[in-house]
Amino acid sequence: MDFSYTEVQQMLQDQVQKFVQKSYDFDTRNSIVASEEGYSKEFWQLFAELGWLAVPFTEDDGGLGGSAVDLIVMMEEFGKANLVEPYTSTAVLCGTLIAELANGEQKEALVNSIIAGEVQLALAYIEPQSRFNPFNVETTAVVEGDAITLTGKKIGVLNGEAADKFIVIARESGESLDRDGLSAFLVEADAAGVSRRSFPTVDGKRASLVEFDQVKVDTSTRLGGTGQAADALQAATDKATVGVCAETVGALESLLQKTVEYTKTRKQFGTPIATFQALQHRMADMFIECQLAKSIVMMAAMSLDSQDEGIEKTRAVSAAKSRVGKAIKAVGQEAIQIHGGIGMTEELDVGHLFKRVTALDIQFGDGEFHTERYASL
Amino acid sequence: MNAYFTAEELAFQEEVRHFLQTEFPADLKAKVDASIRLSKEDMVRWQKILFEKGWAAPSWPAEHGGTGWTLTQRHIFATEMGLIGAPEPIPFGMKMVAPVIMTYGSEEQKQRFLPDILESNVWWCQGYSEPNAGSDLASLKTSAVREGDHYVVNGSKTWNTLGQYADWIFCLVRTDNTVKKQEGISFLLIDMKTPGISVKPIVLIDGFPEVNEVFFDDVKVPAENLIGEENKGWTYAKVLLTHERTNISGVPRGKRKLKALRKLAANTQDGFGKPMSENASFKKRIAEAEIELKALEYSELRTLASLSVGKAPGPESSILKIVGTELAQKIDELFLELAGYNALPYVPDQFEDDFDGEPVGPGTTAASALTYFNNRKLSIFGGSNEIQRNIICKAVLGL
Ligand SMILES: Cc1cc2nc3c(=O)[nH]c(=O)nc-3n(C[C@H](O)[C@H](O)[C@H](O)COP(=O)(O)OP(=O)(O)OC[C@H]3O[C@@H](n4cnc5c(N)ncnc54)[C@H](O)[C@@H]3O)c2cc1C
Repeated sequence: MDFSYTEVQQMLQDQVQKFVQKSYDFDTRNSIVASEEGYSKEFWQLFAELGWLAVPFTEDDGGLGGSAVDLIVMMEEFGKANLVEPYTSTAVLCGTLIAELANGEQKEALVNSIIAGEVQLALAYIEPQSRFNPFNVETTAVVEGDAITLTGKKIGVLNGEAADKFIVIARESGESLDRDGLSAFLVEADAAGVSRRSFPTVDGKRASLVEFDQVKVDTSTRLGGTGQAADALQAATDKATVGVCAETVGALESLLQKTVEYTKTRKQFGTPIATFQALQHRMADMFIECQLAKSIVMMAAMSLDSQDEGIEKTRAVSAAKSRVGKAIKAVGQEAIQIHGGIGMTEELDVGHLFKRVTALDIQFGDGEFHTERYASL
Repeated sequence: MNAYFTAEELAFQEEVRHFLQTEFPADLKAKVDASIRLSKEDMVRWQKILFEKGWAAPSWPAEHGGTGWTLTQRHIFATEMGLIGAPEPIPFGMKMVAPVIMTYGSEEQKQRFLPDILESNVWWCQGYSEPNAGSDLASLKTSAVREGDHYVVNGSKTWNTLGQYADWIFCLVRTDNTVKKQEGISFLLIDMKTPGISVKPIVLIDGFPEVNEVFFDDVKVPAENLIGEENKGWTYAKVLLTHERTNISGVPRGKRKLKALRKLAANTQDGFGKPMSENASFKKRIAEAEIELKALEYSELRTLASLSVGKAPGPESSILKIVGTELAQKIDELFLELAGYNALPYVPDQFEDDFDGEPVGPGTTAASALTYFNNRKLSIFGGSNEIQRNIICKAVLGL
């Protein structure tokens, strides 16, 4: 047993920490959030140069190994800084789906451009009726000869605004809850019939509602076998779920640290509020929550990297998301409460971290959903 | 023991219900139901309707134009208002400064200020908190120095709710530095248009500038605006605080919200072909909230019954404040949970009156996160829930 980081992991962590310290303070983040693109293209290029965009990919695919543990080491640091760059969407979610499904030719074109930071991608899979079930898909893909017609509505498409291409999950056969019959298609964002309504999200990112109205694509845009995308979709969302769990752990640790610091400097009744035992115990509980969240995310990442059965991995992922969901409520709400009025303002980073973890709780299914999924497996 | 209303009280309830159903403007109700923020004009319009009916000031004695209602009548009125979603009067004038003026103000001050509060002609805001005086309010520093027939005020107040609309502010100011901190505080009324006052909005995490900082730079305030005696302001404010904390449980609002939540659950898909209203664990969470609300309701009724027989409001109000606010926050969480991905859009403008774009929906689901964020304030203001627990420890448990 050894919970220490490898040299590569240590290096990744140091790199991200240095970058954040040097270049990603609260003011910088605010100006990125307010910018037209909603993320920094310059930083995205830097991520590419530093190899961060290669982390989710295996060496065979030209990446750095693709281990989930590498991913969580890095994403925890992203979370601490409340980064808004669309790492999860492009590199983890779409990256994994491509790695799992694409043929040699497709991979050649796509993986390299992801790693080089040349392309932005978004996964369009959730629909108005699907809530947190990724296999509840009514968007249709109708084949006629070499042409395929996509029709349907997707919601909560993260990075939908910046995306050059969408990976669209659509049904070629079966009923709306079946795993069989789902395919993945690569669709140019500016293809005829694609319309998107984009908006900022509560945590400073961008997302879109995307409609596909009789969008014509070629069969060569299908990733993987006909109607065979479900397992890869599961793998991609599971991996990305562990990634955002780690991001959450980082954000929660940031919230804890900022809260502890604040209570040492904020004085009321002639003494730092940190001296009130009522608050001390609550911060001790926040610490415990962070530690448990961190532990279970490591468990899930190790499970993904192991030879466990698919179902074991999925259970591990749900366990992590469920437990992290609990920590989100506990630590997030306490951080605001212990800050008092100032925690309620846009001026302080604490409120933004609170909003980030609230959004991460929703992403890929909230804690309650994952508790139920865990129980059902 | 029983918790029944008398025949007269039931008749009164019927009258209130009928009035609200016919007189609460449909456009305002539509806004409330759609989570659209009411404008100052909306709130004033509704207050004036209540004024016409003679119901603007349920808690005031009849001699000042109040209803002169019993506590139970006031409870019934507040309940019916909450159930239909009619906004309560903005508390700062009606519930906060008016009772102080009535109790400690001069005859002249009563005549000058109370009628405009009753008619909602003048908007007040509360200037107690300062950047360094929050929970420890008595350590406030904004100073008022007497010079001839006026005070010169310097310092800053913060967290002034809706101060951007305010015509007047009632302030606690320091008039003596040499005594125990509670004993050097005075209660001063200040016209917001006085030279030297500036207001800076503070945007909260839901994107709306609900509160403000108010700066005082050599502001000349006529001495006649002092309430009661100099250096007695703390006593006045404290007496008021215990009274203010009745009707704070938010039970009616909670009932209305839970009803809306059930409806929404029936219209929200669980992703597996059924509505969320059939999801066993979500049903359990709604049930828990309802049960908590019942316990709170009966705690409030017990308090009401004891107040009705002349007992002074005591630390019971701390229970109502703590449980009421924490339950309201729990209910917000349930809305957030139902909204799922639909809670992600951050488009605060679409819940403002003058929004003319295409809203991001469906319905008001995108309001759920904003409401969840905003209502974190409930456990912070009005005496934080930690301070309320301290009060229970001290005043009830003798710790
Ligand atoms: C949205 C909003 C609207 C407001 N509107 C108004 C208004 O209109 N007018 C006005 O005057 N004020 C207003 N307030 C101010 C409000 O009353 C204060 O925020 C509140 O009193 C807490 O003070 P603080 O924010 O300085 O927090 P602090 O007092 O610094 O408290 C920070 C934390 O320490 C805890 N704490 C403090 N002392 C103790 C203790 N002895 N034991 C245990 N824990 C303790 C607090 O509970 C809190 O969790 C508003 C605040 C908000 C957020």
